[in-house]
Amino acid sequence: MKKSNGRDSLERFRKWLDEGSDPLDMEMEDALSEPEEICSRDAEEPAWAASDAQFEHGTLGNRLKGMSRRAYYVYYSFLAVLVCAGLISVLLYATLHMPKFGGADTLVDSDLTAFYVENTLKDTGAQNVVTGIILNYRGFDTLGESHVLFSAVCTVLLMLRLTGNDERELLQAEPDDRHFEPKNDVILQTTARIVTPSILLFGIYVILNGHLSPGGGFSGGAIIGAGLILYLSAFGYRKTERFMNATVFKAVSASALMFYTLSKGYHFITACNDIPSGIGTGTPGNILSGGLLLPLNIAVGCVVAMTMYAMYTMFRKGDF
Amino acid sequence: MAETLRFLLCALLLVVGLAVEATAVLGVHRFGYDLNRIHAAGMCDSLGLLLIMLSCSVYAGISATSAKLLTAMVFQWITSPVSGHLVGRLIYETDADLAREATIWKS
Repeated sequence: MKKSNGRDSLERFRKWLDEGSDPLDMEMEDALSEPEEICSRDAEEPAWAASDAQFEHGTLGNRLKGMSRRAYYVYYSFLAVLVCAGLISVLLYATLHMPKFGGADTLVDSDLTAFYVENTLKDTGAQNVVTGIILNYRGFDTLGESHVLFSAVCTVLLMLRLTGNDERELLQAEPDDRHFEPKNDVILQTTARIVTPSILLFGIYVILNGHLSPGGGFSGGAIIGAGLILYLSAFGYRKTERFMNATVFKAVSASALMFYTLSKGYHFITACNDIPSGIGTGTPGNILSGGLLLPLNIAVGCVVAMTMYAMYTMFRKGDF
Repeated sequence: MAETLRFLLCALLLVVGLAVEATAVLGVHRFGYDLNRIHAAGMCDSLGLLLIMLSCSVYAGISATSAKLLTAMVFQWITSPVSGHLVGRLIYETDADLAREATIWKS
C-alpha cells in the first residue's frame, strides 16, 4: 500500500489535471482499510518501532516515508490537539484585552463612528453610509472578501468535480439530472416564468441603488443567484446552460474580479500619493454619483451571483 | 378616537393572524404523515400571512411601506403554494408505502 508523501501527491495532482482521475480516491480506500491494518501489524511485528529511530533524522518527506502509519496517526492527532489548544488559548487571551461590553470606551462611541457619519457623504458621495464604508474606506477588505468567494468556488470545484469515465457516462445517461425531482412540473414552470424576471429585476435594482439605499453588491448578487437557481430548478440544465455555463462563469467572475482589483489599485495609488484621480463624486443622490461605488457594486454583484449559482450546481450535479 | 380604533383593529388582526399560524404549527407538530403536515402548513400559511400583513399595513397607514408589505404578501401567495405542491409531488413519487397512508384514485 502506498504511503502519501509530497512528491506522490504532486504526481497524483498532475495526473488529475491531465487525465481527470480523482486524486482522493486512493486515500479514501486507505482510510477505509485502515483499522484492519493496525490490528494485523500490532499482532505480527512492531514495524513502527524500528522506524521511530529513523524519525530523528532526515527531511520531512523521508520522515513521513520512514514512519509507519500507526506512528503517523499518533503524531498527527497529538499535533492537531496541540495546535487547536494553542489557537484557542491565544484567542481567549486576546479577548481579555477587548473593551468591556457596553463600556463607555467601546467602538460604538469612538471618534471613528462620528467621523464616518460626518464625512462619508462628503468624501465618497454615497448616501448609504454602509456602502461608502465597505467600498471606499475599507475597500481593501471588500476586495479580499470577493476573492474569498472566488477561492471558495475553486475549492468546491476541486473537491466535488465529477471525474473519471464512469461518472461521466452516468452524467450523460441522465442528462437533466432529476432523479427524485418532479420532471417538467407545469405549475413550477409557470410560477418560475412569472417570478424569475421580477427576482432578477429586483436584484439589479438593489445592486444599482447600492449607494443610495440599503443594499449593494452582496445582497443584490445573492438575489440574482437565487433567481438563477429557481430557473434551473424549474427548467433543468439543458435550458439553463444556454446562457449559464462554465464559460460564462469564468468570463464574468474573472473580469469582475480583475476590474475590481485594477480600479481599486488605481484608487489606492492615487489616494495614497495625493495624485488627483480624475474621478469625482458627482451630485449625491443621483444614480450616477459616488465615483467608483456604482461600478464596484456591479462587479461585486456579478461575483456573488456567479458564486451562488456555481456552488448550487456543483453540489447538485458535480459539474457545470 | 380614530387612533385608538386603528390600534385596536391592528392588534385584533395581529392576534388572529398569530392564532392561525399557531394552528399551523400545531398541525405540523401533531399530524403523523407528511401529506397531512403539508395540508396544515399550506392551509394556514396563506391566511395567517394575509392577516399579519394587513395588520402591519393598518399600522403603517397608506404609505409606501404598506405597498411594499402587500407586494411581499402577493409574492408569498404565488410561491408558497407551489413549494407545498412540489413537496407533495415528491412524496407521491418517492414514497413506496403511499397506498397504506392515503387512498389513490387511478384516473
